[in-house]
Amino acid sequence: MADLTDLYQQVIIEHNRSPRNFKHLPDANRHAHGDNPLCGDKIDLFVKVEGDVIADVGFQGKGCAISQASASLMTGAVKGMPVAEAERLFQAFHAMVTGDPTRPADTSGLGKLAAFAGVKQFPARVKCANLAWHTLHAALTNGATATTE
Amino acid sequence: MSTAVAARFDVARVRADFPVLARAVRNGKPLVYLDNAATAQKPRSVIEATRRFYAEDYASVHRGVHFLSERATVAYEAARARAARFLGAASPSEIVFVRGTTEAINLVAASYLRPRLQPGDEVLLTTMEHHSNIVPWQLVCEEKGAKVRVLPIDRAGVLQLDQLPGLLTDRTRMVGVAHISNSLGTINPVREIVEAAHARGIPVAVDGAQAAPHVSVDVRELGCDFYACSGHKMFGPTGIGLLYGRAELLDAMPPYQGGGSMIANVTFEKTRFADAPARFEAGTPDIAGAIGLGAAIDYLGALPWDAVEAHEADLLSYATARLREIPGVAIVGEAPAAQKACVISFTMDGVHPHDLGTVVDQEGIAVRTGHHCTQPVMDFFGIPATTRASFAFYNTREDADALARAVRKARELFG
Repeated sequence: MADLTDLYQQVIIEHNRSPRNFKHLPDANRHAHGDNPLCGDKIDLFVKVEGDVIADVGFQGKGCAISQASASLMTGAVKGMPVAEAERLFQAFHAMVTGDPTRPADTSGLGKLAAFAGVKQFPARVKCANLAWHTLHAALTNGATATTE
Repeated sequence: MSTAVAARFDVARVRADFPVLARAVRNGKPLVYLDNAATAQKPRSVIEATRRFYAEDYASVHRGVHFLSERATVAYEAARARAARFLGAASPSEIVFVRGTTEAINLVAASYLRPRLQPGDEVLLTTMEHHSNIVPWQLVCEEKGAKVRVLPIDRAGVLQLDQLPGLLTDRTRMVGVAHISNSLGTINPVREIVEAAHARGIPVAVDGAQAAPHVSVDVRELGCDFYACSGHKMFGPTGIGLLYGRAELLDAMPPYQGGGSMIANVTFEKTRFADAPARFEAGTPDIAGAIGLGAAIDYLGALPWDAVEAHEADLLSYATARLREIPGVAIVGEAPAAQKACVISFTMDGVHPHDLGTVVDQEGIAVRTGHHCTQPVMDFFGIPATTRASFAFYNTREDADALARAVRKARELFG
C-alpha cells in the first residue's frame, strides 16, 4: 500500500526546501524550458557542456515539491558527468518512476535518486518527477522546450 | 443562517441516495468528495433511469414509427420539457440539448455572434471566466478582427461593477459572464449586468455551469439571452448539457453543425433547416444522457431548496472557519457569504497545491488542485494554482473536519 512517506522522503522534502544548484548560469551553452501544464510546474535548465562533459548545471523554477526536489537532485547527480552517461541516467530514472508499482523498483546505479522510487505508486505525480529530466534531455539535444503533458 | 433551518435538511437521507458516497477509496478511507465543482456524483434515480432506458426503451428518436422509437422520443422530449421548467424557460423549444456548457457557448459564439461580428467590435467578458467562456469568443473575435474586453475583479474576487458602464460601448456585441465562478465561488449579479447590457441593446450569455446545481435558476427573471449548463455538474450524466436561448434569437440563428435530424428537407441544391431546437441538434443525440439529466432535474426538484441553501451556507462558513485556523492558509475568493457558493479555493504557504492534493487524497479526500481552467484568475492573484474544495448538498461538517485534518497533516509534513 502506498504511503505518503514513500513519496515524500525526507531527502525530497529537504531538497524542496533548499534546492541545490538553483541558479542561472551566465556561461551556459545549453538551455531548455520545461512545463508541466497539469500542475503548473515550470523549470528553466542551464547547462554548460565542455567537450562531452556536463561541466556545470543550474536550474530555476517553480512548482510542487516533487518537481523542485527532482530538479535539485538531478543537477547534483549529473554535474561532472559525461553527456552520454547523463542520458543513460535519464533512462534509468524514467524506468524507475514509471515501473510496475506492484514490483520493487530497480534503483541500481541511481544513488540518491532512489528517493524517487515511491513515485511510481502515485501515477498522477510521475510527470512532476520527470519534468527536470525531460528538460535536461531537451537541453542536451538542443531542443528548446520540454513538456510532460 | 439559522441552525434550525439546517437541521431540517436530512443529510444522511440524501447521502443514501448516492451509492458512491458509501465506498472506501485510498487506503480504505471513506470517500470525502469535495470536487463537486468539477463534477458531481449521481443519485441512484439517475443511474436507474439511464439503465432502464437502455434495458427497456432504447431506440433512436424522431425517426421510426415503431413502438420503442415512440417511447424514446416521448422520454427525450419529456426531459427537454423538464429542463425548460427547471431553468424557467417560456417553452421547451428554447432548450437545446448539447454536450455541455462548453459546447453551448461554442454554439452561441458560432451561430449567434459570428454572423453579426464586424472588425472593431467587442465582446465583454470578466476576469473570472472559465476558459470555456473565454476561448470560444476569442476564436470568433480573432477570425473577425474583433476584440475581447474584460470586466475586472477586485482582491475579494468580486466583479468591479462600477467599471461596467464604461466597458459597454457602441461596439459591444455580446456580454459573457459566469453566474457563479468555478474557482472563486463568487455569485455574480447577473440581473444587474443584464439590465445594464440590455439598456444598450447588448445580449448577455450566462455560463451557468456552477449555478445550476446550487441556486434556483430562472432565466426569465435573470433576463439573459442565453444560459448554458452541464448535466454532469447537476448530478446527471456526462456528455449532456443545456443551452437556453430566447426563442426569437434561436429562431434567427443559422445551424451550428449540419447533419441528420436538423433538416426539414434536403436536396443537393438546397437544404431547408428544421426549426429550433432541432436545427441545433444534428445527428443522433445523447438520448440516454438527456433522460438521465431529466431524472437529475426531478431529483433536484424534489429537494427542499430553502433547507439545501441554508445547509450549503452553513458548510461554507464552517469549512472556511476550519481552514482559516490553519497556519499559512489563505482563502482565494472572499466574496461576502451571501454572494458566495460553497466553493473554497485556498493556498498554503510553503506547500504547493499539487503536494497538498496528494496528501489529502491519501486521506480519502477528493479536491481539485491547479488553475481550474481560470488562468486569468490565477494571474490576477499572482499564484500558479490553488487547492479547491467544492461542496454539494450531500457534504457534511464532518467532511470539512476531515479536510482540515488532512491540510494540517500537510502542514506538519512540509513544515
